[in-house]
Amino acid sequence: MNEPVRIKYAHPPGHVRAPYFLRGKRGIVITNLGPRIDAERSAYRQTAPKIDLYRVRFSMAELWGDQAEHPFDTVDAEIYDNWLEWENRASPLGE
Amino acid sequence: MPHDEIIHSPAGISASGHPYREDQDAPLTYWQNMEIAIRELLVEKNVTTPQEISATIDAMDARSPADGARVVARAWVDADFRARLLADGSAACREMSFDIGALKLIALENTPDIHNVVVCTLCSCYPRNLLGLPPDWYKQRAYRARVVKTPRAVLGEFGLKLPATTQVRVHDSTAEMRYIVIPLRPHGTGEMSETELADLVSRDSMIGVAVARQP
Repeated sequence: MNEPVRIKYAHPPGHVRAPYFLRGKRGIVITNLGPRIDAERSAYRQTAPKIDLYRVRFSMAELWGDQAEHPFDTVDAEIYDNWLEWENRASPLGE
Repeated sequence: MPHDEIIHSPAGISASGHPYREDQDAPLTYWQNMEIAIRELLVEKNVTTPQEISATIDAMDARSPADGARVVARAWVDADFRARLLADGSAACREMSFDIGALKLIALENTPDIHNVVVCTLCSCYPRNLLGLPPDWYKQRAYRARVVKTPRAVLGEFGLKLPATTQVRVHDSTAEMRYIVIPLRPHGTGEMSETELADLVSRDSMIGVAVARQP
């Protein structure tokens, strides 16, 4: 994969699985874990189509800037597709 | 001083100087009441039995890091198994006949240049079906908040100092997957059996806050 993404900077209520400290941050998608039950919906017993889940890697420099302990260390997290803005893909609205 | 000393200081230290746990004299909380009510209803409606509940608790308590240690030791001695473990952690555990339920496991291999450490910043996700219950510190905010920002400082407090040339990869279990670290096999263990090797693999080394023990 190795595709650059940005996590949406959004603050919806509920059983949200995208941690605050990653929102608005840029990372690299390293693995597509495939279509999975959307935990953000299933927590409320909402039935919804499965949604792609990705492992995304962030550098400490991106997350913490000058406060980073070691800029090349990384954080990997699982992020659902609805949270991703693909930097090199055309937006569905043609923006 | 006798151990039945009943005059306790407010600080939670008995007069004879050892800490004590307060008696549970407070009323049940809302959620404790809810749990009891639902459990009793399920029993009354013959959905489950107290024996079945006890047996399930026993089964969870019986899981221990020793299961994970056996997986790591197998990966150290069997390169084909290691490849399968890295490709599909759950399938590799089932291959060793571990009953891991719905656990979806990703194995993270440490190398001389990469050190992996696991956290769940949102709650306390942990590969319980393989490693048993998580340690208390794993569930606390201090670990969860700090290890994603200053992992080297946190690892240092566990007694693990990593050189600047080693990359630290923190893995946040935010959704479906659970993670186990395969620590580096210690030097000088070439003659050891798989069973002996498993004794070198601590719980903390599979979370990534330690390395495997030197024999």
